[in-house]
Amino acid sequence: MTTPDVTEPRVHRPTMSTWWWTKKRSYFVFVMRELSSFFIAWFVAFLLVLVAAVGRGDAAYQDFLDWAAAPWMVAINLIAFAFLVLHVVTWFSLTPKAMDVRIRGEKAPAAVIIASQYVGLAVVSAFVLWLVTR
Amino acid sequence: MASNEDSIRLEVTRYRPDGDSEPQLQEYDVPLRREWTVLDGLNHVKDEVDTTLSFRWSCRMGICGSCGMNVDGEPKLTCATFLSDYAPGPIRVEPLSNFPIIRDLVVDIDDFMQKLPKVSPWIIRDDDVTEIDGEYLQTPEELDAYKQFSMCINCMLCYAACPVYGLDPEFMGPAAIALAERYDLDSRDHGARERLDVLIEHEGVWGCTFVGECTTVCPKHVDPAGAIQRYKLKAAKENVKAFVLPRFLQ
Ligand code: SF4
Ligand code: FES
Repeated sequence: MTTPDVTEPRVHRPTMSTWWWTKKRSYFVFVMRELSSFFIAWFVAFLLVLVAAVGRGDAAYQDFLDWAAAPWMVAINLIAFAFLVLHVVTWFSLTPKAMDVRIRGEKAPAAVIIASQYVGLAVVSAFVLWLVTR
Repeated sequence: MASNEDSIRLEVTRYRPDGDSEPQLQEYDVPLRREWTVLDGLNHVKDEVDTTLSFRWSCRMGICGSCGMNVDGEPKLTCATFLSDYAPGPIRVEPLSNFPIIRDLVVDIDDFMQKLPKVSPWIIRDDDVTEIDGEYLQTPEELDAYKQFSMCINCMLCYAACPVYGLDPEFMGPAAIALAERYDLDSRDHGARERLDVLIEHEGVWGCTFVGECTTVCPKHVDPAGAIQRYKLKAAKENVKAFVLPRFLQ
């Protein structure tokens, strides 16, 4: 009598489709949030070009303004701004997960941490606005 | 069988390793009773309709963590998921994603079982004090610091929800990291250094891109996503320390 062959059980290994991130709202938002980093980088570059133009004098600044007012630039910046907002909102709302803030031994509610970030953003924005318009 | 009014259709994944090359769908109509869960529906099929259907369960009360399946695409404990919430149906019942399928709704979680001991999920002491010398005392605040992370029942719903784990099976994964954090935060434990060495690797916390779905699907409110982000802060601090401080000060 022969002993039966001992074989590894045949498991089925499912593969993930390339489009996995379109199948669930939360996955889609996640991929958009990751994508928003490109637009953050874009704004950093845009600001650097602005600062360089200001540094090179009035004519260069005027050239920059004309360039920035071109319809395609406005379109890019509008899209970039939408992603910027998405980036801010999603990251602010994720912060309480990473930070275990304790106030007098009690865990600080997530809403408090999120709200304080918006307050911080408002303060910094107001300062920058004051700086450039004064 | 009851009339159509009070029955609901289950679309169940079948995979028989000795015959099927691909999983298939099989439909079963089960009574739609108000107090019945998806697991009750499956047990009805097993008892009354088709004894060959395979799935795991034990406690039927959200404790053992063995009945996890994808219900309409969402990882769920089937003993805590009511049929009536999906009426009029049909309800798609599939094995948890991201794991190899052994048979029907049974998946192979061996990968997690291999990974778990790597994070030393037990109390590590750097002195010789043992339980024989008495209890380790702890205040309610000290208990509170880690309690949430200790509620894990190893149900693997978080692994099924995690696209990072699906794409890169080397990733340590949500529950294992949450358990590492659970022991790190325990006032009786001295093993944080040891665990950090494992989790500071790319397959450790840095694999995580903070999708956050692990926390959303966790039936025990363990918040693995929170544990991982807190660990990242810890790991980043260690990196900075290693960079700026001379070795003897670290
Ligand atoms: S962390 Fe939650 S979802 Fe993950 S295995 Fe533990 S109990 Fe299940
Ligand atoms: S059967 Fe135990 S958790 Fe569902």
